[in-house]
Amino acid sequence: MILNWLLLIPLLGGVVAWLVGLRRPMWSRWLSLAALGAYFILVLALWVTNVDRLTVATEQPWLLQFDSAWIPQIGARYHLALDGLSLVLLALTGLLSLLAVATSWQEIQDRVGFFHFNLLWAVAALTGVFLAVDLLLFSFFWEVMLVPLYLLIGIWGHERRIYATLKFVLFTQLGGLLMLVAILGLYFLHGDTTGIYTFDYQSLLGTNVAFPRLAFWLMLGFFAAFAVKLPAFPLHSWLPDAHTEAPTAGSVLLAGLVLKAGAYGFLRFLFPLFPQAAASFAPVAMGLGVIGILYGAVMAFAQTDLKRMVAYTSVSHMGFILLGVFSRHNLAWQGAVVIMVAHGLSTSGLFMLVGDLYQRLGTRDITRMGGLWTLAPRMSRIALMLALASLGLPGLVNFVGEYLVLVGVYKTNSWMAGAAAVGLVIATVYSLWMLQRIFTGENVAGWHIADYGRRELAIMTVVVVLLVGLGLYPQLLLNTTQTALTHLQATTAATESSVGQAQTLVQPYEQLPAAGGDGTAYSLERGK
Amino acid sequence: MLALLVLVPLLPVLGFAVLTLMSSHHPPRRVAAAIGVGSVAVSFVVTLLITVTFLTSPPPGHADVQTLWDWIAVGDFSVRVALHLDALSLVFVLIITFVGSLIHLYSTEFMADENDWNYARFLSYLNLFVGMMLVLVLANNLLLLYLGWEGVGLCSFLLIGFWYQDPNNGRAARKAFLVTRIGDTALIVGLFLLFDNLGTLNIQLLMTRATEQWAPGSALAVAAAALLLGGAVGKSAQLPLQIWLPDAMAGPTPVSALIHAATMVTAGVYLIARTHALYALAPTVMTVVAIIGALTLLLAGFSALTQWDIKRVLAYSTMSQIGYMFLALGVGAWTAAIFHFMVHAFFKALLFLGAGVVISRLHHEHSMFKMGGLRKELPLTFWTFLIGSGALAALPLVTAGFYSKDKILWDVWSSAQGGPWLWAAGLAGALLTSLYTFRMVFLTFFGDPHPLVQEHSPLPRPGIRIRIPLVTLAVLAVLAGLLDVPKTLGNFPLLSDFLHQVLPPVEQVATGTSEATVQVLSSLVALTGVAIAYLFVMRWRVMLQRLTHTPIGAALWRLWFEGWGFDRLDNALITKPFLWLARVDKRDVIDLMPAQLGGISEAISALLKRTQTGQLRWYALAIVAGAAVFLTAVIVL
Repeated sequence: MILNWLLLIPLLGGVVAWLVGLRRPMWSRWLSLAALGAYFILVLALWVTNVDRLTVATEQPWLLQFDSAWIPQIGARYHLALDGLSLVLLALTGLLSLLAVATSWQEIQDRVGFFHFNLLWAVAALTGVFLAVDLLLFSFFWEVMLVPLYLLIGIWGHERRIYATLKFVLFTQLGGLLMLVAILGLYFLHGDTTGIYTFDYQSLLGTNVAFPRLAFWLMLGFFAAFAVKLPAFPLHSWLPDAHTEAPTAGSVLLAGLVLKAGAYGFLRFLFPLFPQAAASFAPVAMGLGVIGILYGAVMAFAQTDLKRMVAYTSVSHMGFILLGVFSRHNLAWQGAVVIMVAHGLSTSGLFMLVGDLYQRLGTRDITRMGGLWTLAPRMSRIALMLALASLGLPGLVNFVGEYLVLVGVYKTNSWMAGAAAVGLVIATVYSLWMLQRIFTGENVAGWHIADYGRRELAIMTVVVVLLVGLGLYPQLLLNTTQTALTHLQATTAATESSVGQAQTLVQPYEQLPAAGGDGTAYSLERGK
Repeated sequence: MLALLVLVPLLPVLGFAVLTLMSSHHPPRRVAAAIGVGSVAVSFVVTLLITVTFLTSPPPGHADVQTLWDWIAVGDFSVRVALHLDALSLVFVLIITFVGSLIHLYSTEFMADENDWNYARFLSYLNLFVGMMLVLVLANNLLLLYLGWEGVGLCSFLLIGFWYQDPNNGRAARKAFLVTRIGDTALIVGLFLLFDNLGTLNIQLLMTRATEQWAPGSALAVAAAALLLGGAVGKSAQLPLQIWLPDAMAGPTPVSALIHAATMVTAGVYLIARTHALYALAPTVMTVVAIIGALTLLLAGFSALTQWDIKRVLAYSTMSQIGYMFLALGVGAWTAAIFHFMVHAFFKALLFLGAGVVISRLHHEHSMFKMGGLRKELPLTFWTFLIGSGALAALPLVTAGFYSKDKILWDVWSSAQGGPWLWAAGLAGALLTSLYTFRMVFLTFFGDPHPLVQEHSPLPRPGIRIRIPLVTLAVLAVLAGLLDVPKTLGNFPLLSDFLHQVLPPVEQVATGTSEATVQVLSSLVALTGVAIAYLFVMRWRVMLQRLTHTPIGAALWRLWFEGWGFDRLDNALITKPFLWLARVDKRDVIDLMPAQLGGISEAISALLKRTQTGQLRWYALAIVAGAAVFLTAVIVL
C-alpha cells in the first residue's frame, strides 16, 4: 500500500496545489513543497527500513509489491513492485522534484497552481514508470508522463516552445508506439504458446527464447522507446530543443529524471526480456554509445546558447550509460546507475545555474557573458563544482560512475573503452570553456548581478554536498542497487543460457509471484 | 605515531575547505595566513614525527598502510581509501610538506597586495594543491593516486588562472589542465588494463602479481607501462606533452615554485618510480623513458637559452631537469632520480622565489634585459639566487646539484641499460644548463642597471617571511648533496641506502672508466658553461647579437625561442581540426533529418489540401473512381 501512496501523494497534491493556486499562488508552492517533502521522506523511510534486506540476495527480487486486478479481461494487472534500483530512482525523483519546485520560486509567476499540478503529476507518472512491473501498466505510465511535460514546456517555456514541444512529443511518441507494438507482440506470443495471456513482467521473462528473429524485432521496439528517451545518438535531436525552451523546472525533470527512465527501461525490461537479442545488438548499441559520447561532447563545445550546451553534455553523458548497459558487465551496470544519479544531480545543477543566470542577465548567449567571478563568487564556486562534476573529476560521484562503466566496458571491448575515455578529454574542453566564458575574463558587457541568495545557495549546496559525498562514499548507492542489479543480471543470464535447450517450446520459469489474482495464478516449472 | 599519517594529507585539505568557506566573508589576512600556512606547516611537523618513528622503529616490511574506508566496492572490484607509507613516499612527503610550507610562508608576504578575498582564495588553492599532491604520493592504490593526480591538475588550473580577469591567464590555465588530461586519459586506460588483467589496483599487489604473471617484455607489460608513461609525460611536462609548462608561468610566482618544485611536475617521476617493477618488465618502455628524458633535457635546454622572460628560463630549466630524472629512471637508476628530485625541489623553489622577488620589485617586469645590476639592490636575493643557480648548473663540490646530477650521469654511463649516447646527451645538457643558468644570472644581477631598475631604485628589501624561505632553501641547495656522497668523495650514500628499501639498485656493468673521470669531465663542462656565459653576456654581447641576426642564426633562435614549434604543430594537428569540426556542425547535422520530415509532411499536406475543393462534382467523381478501383481490386485478386 505504501507504493500506492507514492503515486497518490503527488496526484492529490497536484490537484490541491492547482485549486489553491487559483487564489493564492504562494500557498501552491508551499503545498507542493510539502507534498514532495512527504514523498521524499516516505522514500527515505522505505530505504531505512529495508536497508538490511537490500544487501541480502534472495530468490524474490522485490522488497515490496502491490498487485491487484486492473483490466482482467486482457490479463493486465495493476502491479507495482520495488527493488533497490527503483528505490534509488524514486529517491532521485523526490529530491530533484523538490529542487525543481524550489528553483521555480521566482521564475514562475504565471498560472502558478497549474504549473505545480503538472510538475507533481509528472512526478507521479515517473513514479509509476519506476514501479510498474506489468508491461501494459508500464507503457501507460510511460505515455502519460508526456502530457504534464508537454504542458510544462508548452506553457511556461521560452520563445520557440511550440516547435520544441511538438518535436519532443513526436519523437517520444514514435518510440513509445514501437514499444507498445513490441509489448503486444510479446503478449500474443506468450499467449499463443502457453494459452495464458498476461502482461506480467515475470511471466513474460523468457517468452521469446525459442524465436530469436522475432525476439530481435521486439527488442528493437523496446530499444526505440528507451533510446529516444535516453537519448541515444542519432535520436537525440529533440533534446537540445526541448531543454532550451523548457522552464528550469522542466529541464530539471527532463534531464534529471525523464532521461533516466530510458536507462531504467534498458536494465529492467530490455535485457531480462530479450537477452540474446540484446547481446547480438550490443556491438551496434555500444558503438552508438561511443559516438554519442564523442559527438555530444563536440556539439556541446560548439554551442553558444548555454542551455543548448548543457543539453548536449547530457547526450554525451548518456552515451556512457548506453555503452555501459550494453556491455552487459556487472560493473558497467553498477556504474550506469551511479551515472544516472550523478548526472541527475550535476546536470540539474547546471540547468538551475543557467536558469539563475538567465534570470539575472536575460540572456543565455555565452558570448555575451564574462567576468562574473568578481560579482558572484558564490555562484562561481558552485559553477566550478558543477563543471568539475561534468568533466568527471575524481572525488565527485560522476567519476565513480564513468570509471565503473569504463572498467566494465574494457572487459568486454577494450577499444571502445579507450575511445570513450577520449570523451573525458573533450568533456574537459567544454566544461572549462563554459566556466571561463561565463565567469573569468573581463566583464566587457558591464553586467551588474547579485550573487546567490539564501534560497539559491541552499538548493545548490544540496547538489554539491551530494556530489562530493557520494563521490567519496558511493557505497551508499552501490549497496542499494547491487542486489537488484545482480538479480537482473542473473535473470538475463538464466534466460540467455537456456537458449540452447529452447528448441522445443518456451522455457517454463519459476519464481512467479504467488500473489493470487486470475491473471498470474499459475506456476510453471522451469526446466533443469 | 604512524597512525597520524592521515593528518598529513588531511590538514591541507581541511585548510582549503575552511579558507574556501571563509573567503566570501573576507576574512582578516592574519587568520587566512595562519590557517593557510599553519595547515601545511603542521602537516610537515607531523611528517617529521612520523619520520622519526619510521627510522627508529621501522614497521614490518618497511611499509605501513593506513586504511581509512572502502571507497568503491562492487563485486570483485574493491578500492579503498588507504595510505601507504614507505621510504619512497616518505621522501616525497617530506619534500612536499617542507618546501610547501616555505612557499606558503613566502606567499603570505608576496600576495600582500591582493584584496582579502583573493588573499584567502590564493592560500586555499595552495593548500588544496599540497593536499592533493600528498594524496597522490601516499595512495596505496592507483585509483586514489589518480584522484590526487587529477586534483593536482585541477589546482594547477585554478592557480595558473588565478588572475582570472586576463584571458591569457585563462588560456594558459586551460592548456595546463587539458594537455595533462590528455596524458591522464592514457593513464586511466592503463588502470583499466591493469585491473582487467591483474584483478586489483593496489600498487604493491599489482607489482607482485605483474612480476609473477607477466614475462619480461610481454605485450601486456609493455602496454601497461606505456600507458602509465602517457600520464607521466603529461604531468611531468616531457615530450610530447611538454607544451603546457612554459605557459603555466601566467600564474603568480609562488605557484610556479610549487608546481615546479614540490608538486605537479614531479608526479610523473613518482609514478614511474612507484611502479618500477612494472617498468622492469618492459625494457623497451624503459628505453623510451630514457630517450624521452634525453631529448627533453636537450630541447628544453636550447629553448631556455633564448628566452628573455626570467620565469620562462626557469620553466624550460625545470623541463630539462625533469628530463634528467626521466633519463635516470629509464636506465634503472631509480634512487638517482629521486635524489635529483629532492635537490631540484630545493634549488628550483629557491630560484622561483628569488625570481619572484625580482619581478615584484620591478612591478611585474619579467624581461631579464630590463634588469641588470640587481646584485647591489637586492643582495640577499642575489646571493641566494646565485647559490640556487650554482646548484642548477651543478657547480662541482660546493653545490647539491653537483652530487645529484653526477650520480645520474655516472649511473647512465655505467648502467646496463644506459650507455655512452645517453650519457653524452646528459653531458651536453649539463653544458646547456650552466650556460642558460649563468646567462640568466649575469643578465639579471650583473652589469649596469637598466633604466627601469634605476627608476624604481632603491628597491624595497624583502621582509622576513620571504627571507626565511630564501635562506633555508639556499642552505639546503648546498648541503643536501651530503645526503648522498659518491664513492669517490667519501662514500656516504645515506639517501640511496634508505631508498633501497623500496627501489632496487642500478645494474652496473664494468665500463673501464672510473667514476672520478666522469665526474671531472662533467665538472669541467659545468665550469665551461659558466665561462662561456660570462664571455657572451658580459664581454661579447654584440658578437652574439650579430650571430643571431644571420639568417640561420635567427631561424634557429626563433625555433628555440618558440619551444621547437610544438605549439604550432599541436595547433595544426589537434586544435584547428577540432574547432573546425565544432564550427561546421554547430547546427547538428543529425537534426536535419527530423527537420526535413516536417517539410515533407507539409508538402504532402499542401498537395492533399488541393483536393478539398468544396465542389460536389469532384467529390462524386472521387467516390466513383475509388469504388471502381476497389471493385477492380476485389475482382482481380
